[in-house]
Amino acid sequence: MVVAFAIIRMKDLFAVVMLLGIYGLLSASFFVAMDAVDVAFTEAAVGAGISTLLMLVVITMTGRTEKVTRHKPLLALLVIAITGALLIYGTLDMPYYGSADAPIHHHVAPRYINDSMQEVGIPNIVTSVLASYRAFDTFGEVVVIFTAGIGVLALLSVARRPEDSEDITALDDSMHEQNLVLRIITKILIPFILLFALYVQFHGDFGPGGGFQAGVIFAAAIILYAMIFGLSNARKVINQDFIQLITAVGVLFYGCVGLVSLFNGGNFFDYNVLSSDPIAGQHLGILLIEWGVGCTVASVMIIIFFNFAGRREMQKINNNNNNQESSS
Amino acid sequence: MIAHLPILQVIIPLMAAPLCLLLRHPKLVWLFSLLASGLAFIVSILLLQQVMTSGVISYEFGGWEAPWGIEYRIDKLNAFLLLIISAISTVVLIAAQTSIEKEIPKEKHTLFYVLYLLSLTGMLGIVSTGDAFNVFVFLEISSLSAYALIALGNDRRALWASFQYLIMGTIGATFILIGIGLMYQMTGTLNMEDLSQRLPEVEQTRTVFTAFVFVIVGVCLKLALFPLHLWLPNAYAYAPSIVTAFLAATATKVAIYLLIRFTFTVFGFSFSFATLPLETLFLLLGLVGIFVASSVAIYQKNVKHIFAYSSIAQVGYIIVGLSTGTVMGLTATLLHMFNHALMKGAIFLALGAVVYRLGNIQLSSFHGLGRQMPLTMAAIVVGGLSLIGVPLTVGFISKWYLLTALLEKGWWPVAILILLGSLLAVIYVWRIIEVAYFKAPLVGKTPVKEAPLLFIIPIWTLIIANIYFGIDTRLSVQVAQSAAQSLFGVSP
Repeated sequence: MVVAFAIIRMKDLFAVVMLLGIYGLLSASFFVAMDAVDVAFTEAAVGAGISTLLMLVVITMTGRTEKVTRHKPLLALLVIAITGALLIYGTLDMPYYGSADAPIHHHVAPRYINDSMQEVGIPNIVTSVLASYRAFDTFGEVVVIFTAGIGVLALLSVARRPEDSEDITALDDSMHEQNLVLRIITKILIPFILLFALYVQFHGDFGPGGGFQAGVIFAAAIILYAMIFGLSNARKVINQDFIQLITAVGVLFYGCVGLVSLFNGGNFFDYNVLSSDPIAGQHLGILLIEWGVGCTVASVMIIIFFNFAGRREMQKINNNNNNQESSS
Repeated sequence: MIAHLPILQVIIPLMAAPLCLLLRHPKLVWLFSLLASGLAFIVSILLLQQVMTSGVISYEFGGWEAPWGIEYRIDKLNAFLLLIISAISTVVLIAAQTSIEKEIPKEKHTLFYVLYLLSLTGMLGIVSTGDAFNVFVFLEISSLSAYALIALGNDRRALWASFQYLIMGTIGATFILIGIGLMYQMTGTLNMEDLSQRLPEVEQTRTVFTAFVFVIVGVCLKLALFPLHLWLPNAYAYAPSIVTAFLAATATKVAIYLLIRFTFTVFGFSFSFATLPLETLFLLLGLVGIFVASSVAIYQKNVKHIFAYSSIAQVGYIIVGLSTGTVMGLTATLLHMFNHALMKGAIFLALGAVVYRLGNIQLSSFHGLGRQMPLTMAAIVVGGLSLIGVPLTVGFISKWYLLTALLEKGWWPVAILILLGSLLAVIYVWRIIEVAYFKAPLVGKTPVKEAPLLFIIPIWTLIIANIYFGIDTRLSVQVAQSAAQSLFGVSP
């Protein structure tokens, strides 16, 4: 709460972004306290990690301070206050947090908790709910992320002008050469981050983790590289078209798992028919779709970063050109 | 394969979207999207047939039975909506390639189709599903892609319009999510069918009431019910014409579907109409919406704005039908959803053709267009007559049913107001006709040619549908009526 208020009052956008990161971490620990480790992990990776990074990139484009606004949105504040008050008043009689006889513990959940081990065969219940019982929702989420990536591409992608590419490298080198310590530490860290991402990817069956978190962590490693060594170097490592391909392939991969189960005579996302043994089928299905999720999430994050950062580069080049023109 | 129709309905456009990204060549992508949308259309016809003959179809994902897994549940109402959405999408796509050549830079064409298919997927998904959380997931897909599509408009104001829509839409979606969360908390289930059975046990609690209010407000934001309509006019006006035609004909319908689904199926009619004064609320907001939006439409200079405001007014008619709370009224609502999709699809496509030739859509540049683009302008005129509700068009049919429903209830003052509202429509449609047919072309302006064939075919398909369903009402009325009856049958 304190952090949230600080965010609203703060005028320095850089501090705001940092506070948002803290806010993300705080809510992550809040989720841990509520025993939702998977959610906490996602919040830590997405809320505190990647979104902070992306916002930093935006700040480098827009400048650090907020514009001073003259109008006082009192009406809006009133509406929000009333809505919030009504929400609290309206939910006063809801079951207490953690009370054992709340309806959520008596209808759908018991089967997830008691039978998922026999039916799906993996210890992490969250994963079995996400990836098997409600696989279609997860598929939907992946498509949401895919949509976001495409949206960013459609709106922000700039046609690259080949004659400028040398300018870009020159610009980047001058910017990044001096940070020797950062460069070395990054070089040491990146392999571990990538390894950790893969661990999270495969470990989703047994502990908190899975495609979403792994994808974000993987993307974070790439973005780190791009920030330290410059965008053009990162582009040499990872081709833009290739990334777009991966995005699409991730979604297709996930969908194809569903289609295969369809052709094997089951319903969509019925993993039991993927293999002769239903449990093995479930394992296989979950493993495969987590890959699909991981691919799409990682590549969408990278796309978003590259496009934001690409914009910034264009802006800088334009500024440079303008400066040259005005000086000459 | 027949058993898998419900999933095919959604999965075909969904899988087609990433495939488009791999195809890359714009023309090829266009044909491919058209194919995907056409297939979805065929599936929706088959589904409707199946539902009309053998009743509700349920499809369980992953083989997990309903409250544990996700279920697709197709009844007459969904099937009707699926038909509207996939039909409009297919017809609109025919004109897409020609239209976006002028309006969207070439390198973004592929992305446009990907987003278009995703938007279609989202809407089909919202309508097919029988799971409350699944609704939210697909709502996100359809809205995210809609924001991006609108922002692709070549006017800079498109960005601002899209941003406004994004803020309002996100608030709406969050409200719906809070509502769904509260429902889950009180019942422990997310399946709509299951919810409708378990909610009555706890319906006296304030939490359920709050959940209901949040869902209703969220959905009303999405469907642009007056006074929550502010995002709509600019979003429609500055989006690429194809996007406007597609969204205007389908997006608000999906939101209205959600409203009907939540009030009638999930919460049940007796709860919905007893706990909140929905009857008076909807009636008042609907009527005020009709009058305010129609009057504003009269003073617009941008023709897309005129019809965008008219859309808000039409939402008013739909909501008034809903407010009666009778089978007749609901039939009128469903009919008008179908008919309005036909009218607005045709009109906005025709406006797309005008943009293609003129490059802008100001009323002042319509001078003498009646001579220069006879087929396109005739389409706008017929569409306009349909909006007014002239006999032999679909508009007449839905107004007729609406008036019957109102008179059945004994609300004759409302019926008179509805007729007065139609007079306002006469004014704004007449303004366009007057400029296009009775003003000489401006001096020094080069005359333009008729729109290309790829525009004329889809426009006139929709116009002929406008007239056909205005004369032969068997299909639309029968489906709407039996859907309305079954909704009341579920919740007497």
